[in-house]
Amino acid sequence: MHSEAVINEHEHHHHHESDSTDVFGFWLYIMTDCILFACLFATFLVLNYPGLPAGPSLKTYVNLSDVLIETFFLLASNFTFCLAILSLYQTKILRVQFWLAVSFLLGASFVVMELKEFMHLASEGFRWDVNAKASSFFTLVGTHGFHVSCGLIWILIMIIQIPLLKDVYVARRRMTYLGLFWNFLDIVWIFVFTIVYLMGAM
Amino acid sequence: MFAQLLFGNLTLDAIPFHSAIIMGAGFFMVLVAATAVFTITYYRKWSYIWHEWICSVDHKKIGIMYLMLSGLMLLRGFSDAVLMRSQQAIAAGNNLGYLPPEHYDQIFSAHGVIMIFFVAMPMMFALLNIAVPLQIGARDVAYPYLNSVSFWLTFVGAMLCNASLVIGDFAKTGWLAYPPLSELYYSPGVGVDYFIWSLQISGVGTLLAGINFIATIIKMRCKGMTLMRMPVFVWSALCSMILVALAFPVLTVTLALLFLDRMFGMHFFTDFAGGNVMMYINLIWVWGHPEVYILILPAFGVFSEVVATFSQKTLFGYTTMVWAIAIITFLSFIVWLHHFFTMGAGADVNTFFGIATMVIAIPTGVKVFNWLFTMYQGRIILATPMLWVTAFFTTFAIGGMTGVMMAVPPVDFQVHNSLFLVAHFHNVIIGGVLFGYFAGVIFWFPKAFGFRLDEKWGKWAFVFWVVGFYVAFMPLYVLGLNGFMRRVNHYTDTMYQPYFIVAAIGAAFIMIGIFLQIGQVIVSIKNRHKLRDATGDPWNGRTLEWSVASPAPFYNFAELPIVDSRDYFWEFKQKHLAEGLVHPKTMEFHPIHMPRNTSAGFIIAMFAGIAGFALIWHMWIPGIIGVTGMIVTMIARTFATDIDYYVDTETVRKTELAHLKEMINA
Repeated sequence: MHSEAVINEHEHHHHHESDSTDVFGFWLYIMTDCILFACLFATFLVLNYPGLPAGPSLKTYVNLSDVLIETFFLLASNFTFCLAILSLYQTKILRVQFWLAVSFLLGASFVVMELKEFMHLASEGFRWDVNAKASSFFTLVGTHGFHVSCGLIWILIMIIQIPLLKDVYVARRRMTYLGLFWNFLDIVWIFVFTIVYLMGAM
Repeated sequence: MFAQLLFGNLTLDAIPFHSAIIMGAGFFMVLVAATAVFTITYYRKWSYIWHEWICSVDHKKIGIMYLMLSGLMLLRGFSDAVLMRSQQAIAAGNNLGYLPPEHYDQIFSAHGVIMIFFVAMPMMFALLNIAVPLQIGARDVAYPYLNSVSFWLTFVGAMLCNASLVIGDFAKTGWLAYPPLSELYYSPGVGVDYFIWSLQISGVGTLLAGINFIATIIKMRCKGMTLMRMPVFVWSALCSMILVALAFPVLTVTLALLFLDRMFGMHFFTDFAGGNVMMYINLIWVWGHPEVYILILPAFGVFSEVVATFSQKTLFGYTTMVWAIAIITFLSFIVWLHHFFTMGAGADVNTFFGIATMVIAIPTGVKVFNWLFTMYQGRIILATPMLWVTAFFTTFAIGGMTGVMMAVPPVDFQVHNSLFLVAHFHNVIIGGVLFGYFAGVIFWFPKAFGFRLDEKWGKWAFVFWVVGFYVAFMPLYVLGLNGFMRRVNHYTDTMYQPYFIVAAIGAAFIMIGIFLQIGQVIVSIKNRHKLRDATGDPWNGRTLEWSVASPAPFYNFAELPIVDSRDYFWEFKQKHLAEGLVHPKTMEFHPIHMPRNTSAGFIIAMFAGIAGFALIWHMWIPGIIGVTGMIVTMIARTFATDIDYYVDTETVRKTELAHLKEMINA
């Protein structure tokens, strides 16, 4: 009985300690991902330098209003994700799953629209292999889209996992990670929207 | 169709049966692997190897595995060096030597890649894994499972690189694979793809390990260990790992872009359609320059520990030491352009980077003087780790000076890509990094294995290594100043030949040094009972790792230490002598929370290896299997619940009392 109590106390202590350590590590990961995107942005800007030889460029083919709708999908999915976190802290599991599902649908709409845009651009002649501008565009935006797709898989897993996780700390920690990741992708998208679409297409 | 999807471009022609050297080396590798498999099977150790090593999340065991990987790859990388030295020693005038250019080019590319990625990096992570958690008074790293993933990814990267020897070929582009040479048009084979994927996979492993160690050092220190009380090795590890976290994503991107160029016909680094070759060279050095500091900083940390321990004195100028490391960390990010002053960025840019490079000599000088002042008036014990440190001082000072010479852009224009450069970076990487790691390995060997390494063999190995180094590389300085370029397979002017013959003799000396080191390990294993470290403190150490048994128990500390000074263990020993031993009966033990071993890290890495190999050969079915396997294993692992356990009090008590008993009897 006594040792049981000791272990429980340890357990409790351990969770708080490891919570802060684990979230710190995830922040570190986000920072490394930031650098990854920074390199892609730098490459994009260098290869889209105004003085470079002409050729097909994004400006000719892009449909900005579609991109704006995409943006709203992504930002909205972030908002609904925050609602999922709020529900988690109220321990309303069904509601968490509901908001996660809504976030998933919004995020999936973003990815689908992006893929349609890619196919449209490619069919119009702005393929990734025509020139460096196209390569850097598809790689930068595609890497973001790839991240979002990973996030979507992750959301699906969380919808399944949330009711299975007995330990409320673990559930909160995992949702914190996913939240950080999902927010981070929104912030990156703001930069993509500004630098690639607004600056590049205006 | 199906065969194409399954085997891609891989056919039997990929195996170079006609080349005796390659087949011989391949046969030797297969022989080593087969012997290992046979031995394990014969002694029925598969279960032990699987449960205790492959699935282990114990940082000490992972450290030992890193060390073994590094040692094996050193043999491979050094064989490449021997081939190059002997080729250049004979290939003068009418003699074309014995290595055709396309083979020679692979050898120098593989040599660089192996020595940096699969010898130096694993040896660094070996030292970090063995020492850092113990030095900060922690039970493990922050993420033990991630640690296992990191190691196995590094392992898979190294194995892919080895596979290229027999199946297909390796890059013929030099160790950084500059485009446009590395583009598909000029390098249509699989060589560059092997380069990309072995580095990409091991690079991700390194990045994850970097995150792991930053979190470990920031979050897992024991009570009382403020940042300014951390051992200098921990400081150097922290700064080095910050560099990893900042620099390795750049490598990931650079390699990915090169891959996209080659696989999907993109135009990042092609020399037409708007591609920009210099973008690659900038990106790769934005990673590459910090990389050399990633390697050297932990070596500086080792020197600090070794000098203080073997001078039996507190480290001189701890605060300046820490600041010097921090400044070097920062500066290492603003000097990358000195690798290509000849790019034509203009005088202003070159001046900035030239001066920034020279400035690094200042904090480095501070460190050297601190070590010298630590030795001053100390009671110096010239054990092998300390010998390596003394060799480091002179060697690294020479290497540093030639570095500062090349930091002057006009001088660099003269010696750019010459053997002077080759001599310089071997001077700092062998004389700094490698000597430091050797010192560290000998220093912490007892902590990892429980017995010391034989001193006599170690001293002879030291002599041959150091002499061999000077004989091998000083001629290269002269050759470089005389305009001899790097990566040359054959030269017509026989005037150069004597220097190359001397350099080859130097390489032979180093080879004897390596054989002596292998002998040292064998002799030490044979005499392990005589060399047993019963006290856990063989060098009269100063930091926490020496306060536990050797090898350290799997939970590290029965009771997490609480410290109140920098050399806490040293001061504790002084007090301890006055107060007498703590009686075992009064000691209290608690259950210890530990992570369970897991096979997930190994499985993920193996699938990554399959995916990498499949991408190299365009084998789509195995590629899909590899990627899916990775994802499914990762997801499955998140559903695992039985991931930790408690070591019961009785086990802890038994282990600790056994150590105490052995210590008292010693």
